[in-house]
Amino acid sequence: MTFKEKLAKNQFVYTAELFPPKGTDLSVLQSKAELLKSFIDCVNVTDNQRAVMRISGVAVSKTLIDMGIEPVFQLTARDRNRLALQSDLLGASVLGIKNVLLLAGDFPTLGDHKEAMPVYDVDTIQLITLANTLTKGTDIMGRKLKGAPNFFLGATANPNLDPTELQLIMMEKKIKAGANFFQTQVCFEPERLKPFIEMAKKYQVKILPSISIFRSFNQMESFKNFGIRIPDSYLKLMKDTKDPLQTSIEIIADLIKQLKPVVDGIHIIAINIEENIPKIFDLL
Amino acid sequence: MIVTKQKPIEDILKALQNEKGIFVVGCADCATSCSTGGEKEVQAMAETLQKKGHKITGTFVIDVPCDERMDKIFFRKFQKELSQSTAILVLACGAGINAIAKNTDLKVYSGLDSLFVGTTERLGNFNEYCSLCGDCILNETEAICPVTRCPKGFVNGPCGGAINGMCEVHTDKQCLWVSIYEKNNKAPVFSKMIPYRKNRKLNQPQTIRKAK
Repeated sequence: MTFKEKLAKNQFVYTAELFPPKGTDLSVLQSKAELLKSFIDCVNVTDNQRAVMRISGVAVSKTLIDMGIEPVFQLTARDRNRLALQSDLLGASVLGIKNVLLLAGDFPTLGDHKEAMPVYDVDTIQLITLANTLTKGTDIMGRKLKGAPNFFLGATANPNLDPTELQLIMMEKKIKAGANFFQTQVCFEPERLKPFIEMAKKYQVKILPSISIFRSFNQMESFKNFGIRIPDSYLKLMKDTKDPLQTSIEIIADLIKQLKPVVDGIHIIAINIEENIPKIFDLL
Repeated sequence: MIVTKQKPIEDILKALQNEKGIFVVGCADCATSCSTGGEKEVQAMAETLQKKGHKITGTFVIDVPCDERMDKIFFRKFQKELSQSTAILVLACGAGINAIAKNTDLKVYSGLDSLFVGTTERLGNFNEYCSLCGDCILNETEAICPVTRCPKGFVNGPCGGAINGMCEVHTDKQCLWVSIYEKNNKAPVFSKMIPYRKNRKLNQPQTIRKAK
């Protein structure tokens, strides 16, 4: 069963995230993917995340498909104009990519090519519209395609931000543009997720909140710099523990148990410690 | 107005190194307001160049150098001085410099970098509020321009990057979309799908001709 079919049948799903490497050596990524294979339904493949140049997500997604792993191909509005976006989406489809997560993309000045042109020819709403248009058999100019892609389109929402209403306005627009599933920004506060879960229910789209495990207290605390709200109780647990990785796994397992009855799945982020993701499942 | 800033003096000196007589021109309009090309800055530039051994043939601050008619008057008025010059150094925006170069065979150099169309908050404090995109959506956004004031130029609403309401790119500025929302949480943009935008670069260079 595919990711889309599982969600349609209300099967609870787990997704994780792997970063394409800077270079052509995919061996580490492949071994991590192999480890995750039996626990995870889908692996997100990021698109030059944090605006750091890496190998193409299309190539990495195809590599995962060949390994029998279903990818969520991430595509940002940052690096491509509307010609390239459509063209790459059609190419991705031909290589067997079905799930596409459409997002803004971090600004180039945050990355390792600080003078790179920020393209943003389309914004996220328009990007979702663009991908959705292709699935209906035309390009965005209304010209008929010879062979249309069959995508399951996803988008993001950030429950950490105030005013929450502004993110909800965006979520609703994204749904109207064609998003069928949401993977949220990392969120440690189930209360803040509530209105997003309600919005997903209202429109019958799927929602997968993101959670993250950490190798250290410092790594957890550093997420605050990205605007992620972390309860003091979690920070204290991480500070006091002798085994921070295990503690963060326990925190996350507890969160997953709380969220499981009300969401459609969980997206797991484990920056550079992806091989530890299976340990979460020991506690579920 | 057009906000400008002086190029590094080393760059100006390097560009001018082979010139034998330099006429320094300023702008009484925007560049004066920015303190980059007014009477004071033109004199200071002339002195600096003189100290570095350059011959200065004259200085003048044109009322509006981006008005080609005024440039023509300037060229007539300073015919003699310009005949002893090999170059004109212009302390004005790029439009002014192009306009001057169009009307002379002398070598024309730029002493300023043109930054943006800005407002003056107070002397020396300028804000970029308009990108001259040619596809204005201010009526949808409470007269706050997201094309310019959101670094990503998003027109349908915010990205997910703001931190505590502050922009992820310019962390000292409030997210533009939070500003719009605080001004009017029912602003038209929040309920509309704003379509793909026109791309102004496709029209460059633009010219407007009076209808006959």
